[in-house]
Order: sequence, then structure tokens, then C-alpha cells
Amino acid sequence: MMLDTPTTQTIAPPEHFVSVKGLCKSFGNAVLYDNFNLDLPSNQLVSVFGPNGCGKSTLINMISGLTPFDSGEILIHDKPIRRARIGYVFQNYREAMLPWLSAFDNIAYPLRVKGVPEAECRDRVETLIQTFNIQLDLKRYPYSFSGGQQQLISIMRSMVADPEVLFLDEPFSALDFETTLFVRDKLQEIFETTKIPMFMVVHNLEEAVFLADTVLLLSKRPTRLVEMVSFTAPRPRTLDTLSSPEFIETSRHCLDIFRQEMRK
Amino acid sequence: MTATLSKPQRRTAGRPFLQNLDRLLPLVGVGVMFGLWWLIAISGWVNPVLLPTPWATLGTLATAMTTGDMFTDFLASVVRTFSAFVLAAVVGVPLGVLLGSSEKLYRSVEFLIDFFRSTPASALIPMFILFFGVSDFSKVIIAAFSALLLIVFNSAYGVLNARQSRILAAKVMGANRWQVFKDVLVMESLPQTFIGLRSGISIALVIVIVAEMFIGTEQGLGKRIIDAQQVLDVQDMYASILITGLLGYALNVLFLLGEKRVIHWSGK
Repeated sequence: MMLDTPTTQTIAPPEHFVSVKGLCKSFGNAVLYDNFNLDLPSNQLVSVFGPNGCGKSTLINMISGLTPFDSGEILIHDKPIRRARIGYVFQNYREAMLPWLSAFDNIAYPLRVKGVPEAECRDRVETLIQTFNIQLDLKRYPYSFSGGQQQLISIMRSMVADPEVLFLDEPFSALDFETTLFVRDKLQEIFETTKIPMFMVVHNLEEAVFLADTVLLLSKRPTRLVEMVSFTAPRPRTLDTLSSPEFIETSRHCLDIFRQEMRK
Repeated sequence: MTATLSKPQRRTAGRPFLQNLDRLLPLVGVGVMFGLWWLIAISGWVNPVLLPTPWATLGTLATAMTTGDMFTDFLASVVRTFSAFVLAAVVGVPLGVLLGSSEKLYRSVEFLIDFFRSTPASALIPMFILFFGVSDFSKVIIAAFSALLLIVFNSAYGVLNARQSRILAAKVMGANRWQVFKDVLVMESLPQTFIGLRSGISIALVIVIVAEMFIGTEQGLGKRIIDAQQVLDVQDMYASILITGLLGYALNVLFLLGEKRVIHWSGK
């Protein structure tokens, strides 16, 4: 296990941070995925958009190992899921935080369960929050922070154990507009600094395009990959990006495809 | 408690006098009850032998608690109630958490728990006397048994109903089954466990008082109440009932306060 990681790395770094082959998943009689294939290009921020009930969240949960699937293969950096280091940000931060632990202990939790020594835990959390300039009193309990701050704390928690992939399930949908802007900027900063590939489910098309290198457009059930749209606007993307011709063009294209799919 | 106190504060900010008056509202009911009691006692509708005035009763309560032997009885009942409670909690919480951690295990004993929970514990007193005699231990065991059922059932439910999202969050962060159990399931069950503990100590007090009345004992509020009634010492009977009520109320408040401190995240 220690040996094959460097070998594969030296021969050729994996081209895909996620690859899905022949994935099948049904809930009762409803077929959600039937022979679904997907390759996500390395080092990208990929967002997923599709109609309600097409299984966006199920997809991210299967890839991150939270939901079992019926058949097929999922690899993260060419390794099986359970051997990959995964960070996961939940939609509902309030229900994903452990409210009996302070914000600091919440962030440190992934290290503690791995048995990292206490002093190192503290150091790594401190370094992390300094790197991203998080100025919060982390001795307080999670519920005493605002929604945006709580989501930021859960992003820090997902980052602390040095993940090789970050999964985000509708990270902004429980936030108001102003907070969304703030958390989105912070997420972009994290992506640019760490270059950790991210796979993000979003519930709104503009949101899907704005941060992404690649937007995955999914169809209605049984779910197919309709198109992978690439969006190459320079980073950091700001509010000006929203009015750039590139952004408008890409958004319109995505919307057209979405409409076609809805008509089917 | 803080919530009900802080509301009028916001509403009547700048009117501290009215705000202080609001705080006295719970005393209104008490005043009305004592007033009615007094009126009935002096009206002659009821034989004064059966109903002394509230002041005479409170006077008896004060003297009996400070100079008489009521405090010994009070202490005996308190010690029994707490012994029963501690016994029930020490066995009940781990047992409940264990049962709750496996849905199948819980379902297989659910009927038993529900059955005995629905059986009035006082109905079991004769059976316990058969097994444990009329000793002090016997009274504690009966009270502990009835508290145990409430505690087990509530702890188990707390674990069974733990929020799935937090379990998933811990799993995705790499926690193994034992870590999920101790870091998430047990903590998630605490609010429900506290409800069990609070109901448990209340039922323990009820059963201790009943057991003291019917099993017989040297000391205890239950025995004192029934003895006072037998010799028609009504002032002492009412005073003993009052102190028993105060004890029950104090236990409830104590547990509510403890709950607020420990389960600081509840409802947030």
C-alpha cells in the first residue's frame, strides 16, 4: 500500500481525480444510474448541475463513499474510495457539526479520530486557520456563529486532514445571498492556494458556472451525463466575472441544454 | 427558564418596576390556593379537625423541620430516592445506550420494556417484598426498578433517533464504529437521556413514598404521612405532604438546571 502510490505517481500522475465506470444505482424500482461513466480532469473545480431528483447528491455521496452503489467502479486518483483521503462539506452545516464540541475541536476532529498526537492536532489547526485568515474565536461552540461562519468552520474541518479531494454538497444553499458571496470567495481562495480538486453539487446554474473549471450537466432519470462544459475565465473570479461575455455565454449555453433536457 | 425571563425584559425594557412584577406571576396561583384553603378552613364548612389553617400547617412544618423529627424522615426519603436513582442510572444509561445502538436488539426487548413501563410499579411491591423482604434495600430496589425502565427506554430512544447526518459526517471524517458510537451516538442521546433521568428520579420518589407507607419503616416521609393520618394529627399530615411536594419540585428544578448546563446545545 505504501509502495504503489509513489510508483503510479512517478510513472504518470493520474489524469483524473475521479473516474466512474459502469455505475449502477437503483432505489427500489426507480433506476437512478444505469451504466454511468464519468472522468473528472485532475486539479479542477468541477460542479454538477441537473434537474431535481436526477441524483446529484446521490452521485457525490456514492463517489465519496457515503452511499453504497449496486455495481460499477469508482476510483479517486486511481485508488479505491476507502484508500483516498476525502474532505466533505455538507449542505446543512447545523446538522453536520458536532454541537457538543467547540469550533476548534470540530475542526480538529478528523485528526483526532486518526490518532494524531494532541500537540500536532493543535499546530495543524492553527496553521490552517492562519493560512486562510480565519478570525473567529474558535473556543466558542458552533451554534454561536452565524450561518456563513459555521459553513466556513465546516470547510476548515474538511480541509484539516490534508484531503486529496474535496466534495461539497450544495455548500451555499443554506446561506443567504451576502453570506454566499463571502463563503464563495473563501472557497475560491482555498482552491487557488491548495489546488485541491473539488467536486461540488449546486442548486443554481450561475453558482454552478461561477467557480467551476468544468460544469457537468445531468439529465433527468435515468441519469446521463449530457455535457461537460468547460469555463476558463481567469481567476480570481469576482463580481465582474458575472457580467463578462464569457460567463454570460457559458451560462446561456448551460441553460439551453438544461431546457432541452426538461422538454424531453 | 432564561427564555421566559428574558422575554418580559425585552418587552418592558425601561419599566423595571413592571418587569419585577411579572416575575412574581408564579406566586399568584400559590396565593390563591392558600387564600382558598384559609377561607375554607375558617368558614366552618369542613370540620377543623380535618383541615387546619394554612398558617398552622406552615408553622408545624417549620417547627417539625427545625426542631422536631421531620428532618430525619425527610433525609431518610431523600437518601432512599437518590440511592434508587443512582442505582437505576448506573445500570440504565449504559444498558439503554447499548440496546439503542442496535435496532434489532432494541426491537426484541421493546415489548418487555413497554409492558413493565405500563405496569404501575406499586403493583409489583408485594412481589418485591417476597424476594427482598421488608428491608430498606427492598424499598430502594423497587424504586430503582421503576426508574430503571424509564431511563433505559429514554436512553435507547436517544441513540436510536440520533441524527443520521452527524453519524455520516463522523464516518466521512474517518471515524470507526467505536468512535462514531462514543463521539456521536452517546452525545446525541444525551438530551433524551436527561429526560429519562428526570422522569426517573420523579418516579423513584413516588415509589419510595408509597413503599414507606406500605412496607413499613422506622423513618421516611411516607411513613410519617400515613402515621399522622392514622392518629388524626392532621397538621403534621398536611405539613408532611407539603414537604414531600417541595422535595419533588426541587428535584425537578435541580435536574432541569443540570440539563441546561450539560446539554448546552439543545435546541440550537
